[in-house]
Amino acid sequence: MDVSRLERVSEHCWRIEPSGAMRVPGIIYGDEALVREMDDKVYEQVCNVATLPGIVRASYALPDAHWGYGFPIGGVAAFDPNESGVVSAGGVGFDISCGVRTLHTGLTLEDVEPKKKELADQLFRDIPAGVGSTGRIRLSESELDAMLTGGAQWAVEQGYGEQADLERIEERGRMHGADPECVSERARARQRDQMGTLGSGNHYLEIQHVVEIYDEKIAAVYGLSQGAILATIHCGSRGLGHQIGTEYLRDMAIVAAEYGIRLPDRELACAPIRSPIGEAYLGAMAAATNCALANRQIITHLTREAFARVLPSAQLTLLYDVSHNTCKAERHVVDGQEKLVYVHRKGATRAFGPGHPALPAPLNEVGQPVLVGGSMGTASYVLCGTAEAEHLSFSSSCHGAGRAFSRQQAKRTWSGRQIIDELSSRGILVRSPSMRGVAEEAPGAYKDIHAVVDAADRAGLSRKVARLEPVVVIKG
Amino acid sequence: MSRARYEHFSHGADIGLRGIGVSPAEAFEQAALALTAAITDPQDVALQESTEIRCAAPDLELLLVDFLNAVIYEMSAHGMLFSRYRVEIDGDRLHAVAQGERVDVAKHAPIVEVKGATFTCLQVAQQPEGSWLAQCVVDV
Repeated sequence: MDVSRLERVSEHCWRIEPSGAMRVPGIIYGDEALVREMDDKVYEQVCNVATLPGIVRASYALPDAHWGYGFPIGGVAAFDPNESGVVSAGGVGFDISCGVRTLHTGLTLEDVEPKKKELADQLFRDIPAGVGSTGRIRLSESELDAMLTGGAQWAVEQGYGEQADLERIEERGRMHGADPECVSERARARQRDQMGTLGSGNHYLEIQHVVEIYDEKIAAVYGLSQGAILATIHCGSRGLGHQIGTEYLRDMAIVAAEYGIRLPDRELACAPIRSPIGEAYLGAMAAATNCALANRQIITHLTREAFARVLPSAQLTLLYDVSHNTCKAERHVVDGQEKLVYVHRKGATRAFGPGHPALPAPLNEVGQPVLVGGSMGTASYVLCGTAEAEHLSFSSSCHGAGRAFSRQQAKRTWSGRQIIDELSSRGILVRSPSMRGVAEEAPGAYKDIHAVVDAADRAGLSRKVARLEPVVVIKG
Repeated sequence: MSRARYEHFSHGADIGLRGIGVSPAEAFEQAALALTAAITDPQDVALQESTEIRCAAPDLELLLVDFLNAVIYEMSAHGMLFSRYRVEIDGDRLHAVAQGERVDVAKHAPIVEVKGATFTCLQVAQQPEGSWLAQCVVDV
């Protein structure tokens, strides 16, 4: 991106003055190197989002922003329903409520090292991963409805996990407003075999160890210490969410004009929050969110079973569960007034600061854990929500590194076997059904996550708490 | 006139599909083959089962997205892979027969699951030299 087109507000904040149809400014967070590396399409997409009806404050791009569909990935925008604000299927994306869940294990690296291979093999056997894998659970139509309205709460009631898990999930594991009637037959059919499956692409299950603590006080509240072993699950709403995204994107692209909305890009497909299709989408999206929360809950249960077989002393408890493709009704201060707005986070993590009423004790003392995923060989981070992110980004922070190499470039550059051997020599065991899939997800294909996280920290979007590195990777 | 073919192009984290043929229908067939090729080598997919696909859309570009999404649905809901597509387009309607087999992880080593076809880089157009091009990005 050409930084001469931006006004530099501070070291890590850049502004695009509203022009043309833009209703609000664009704000991009990142240091100069990160912003220069961003595609010009990110600039265009930030400006396009700023033209949508009812947008408040600004159209934001976070330090990991890259070219997405309509909205940039790493984009945040909030809309006021009382000002003809919109909800956008494109602003949430295909993988509704894709997210990251991190579990404590109560073990240290020394405990796991001697059993590492056995643990990797057990997890790979027990957790369905990759294209064509199917889960053990088959839901009847009424059970599917219960799952779509109950989310992780439903999963716990079915015996997958414990009540205490729910405290550490956004929305306490169940998003309100889900309407199974707004979920099509096709979306249901795509989910039939997919409950409790990881998926593919950048989705994974990692066993990680804490390699560095940046903030001792917050780390203590989060229960993190040097050398501790964690398990992290990255996946989403599976076929059901993908189908809902597909169908509403198409329908909204067609009806937007009927509501007088001029779309600069069809992928921005949206409709007024207060319209039949807007309300139907919100009902279906909440159902897909519950599907994602239930899915991560079931995978948590499978992970606990695998640990119990190999390392029976392990106690798997939740650090936290975040979703990074969402639209949520939240109260935020806009023009000095607290308002209910619909915050779209597309490849962005909610990051509530200390004292936020949505956070359980003791997390409310310090702020919400923000889980930033890595890519097999590189680090993941635990950050903490800040008070100032409320006015900086509607309490939002980054979600990952973003790709530097396309899938085609990655396949030309690396082979899966070579990546697995290299990581193995560094003590990282990878299990995957697809060697070519591993090549496409090579750690070198991703941008420098350290730079992204440092920028989020320095911009005040969230604070660095701990860095994690993988020990075992199950790749879909 | 160029022979029917497909290719992939880069888009961030995802994959662009491009089909080229003598007609829109043939370009659609090639785009669908590009979809299969993003997942596995189409030559490894045997012709054991047939699936019919019908869709309708206000314009050719939306029709391409609808067609690819219908193929993605068949793959996702029924665990299929396809290596031969026969497409007929009549005005705003499409009828297709897709032939292939069920996913066999050992045989096909599928690389990635496709979530949906998008409007990004979406184009169905006749090229100056006469061939038709049908392309869009799919989210993986």
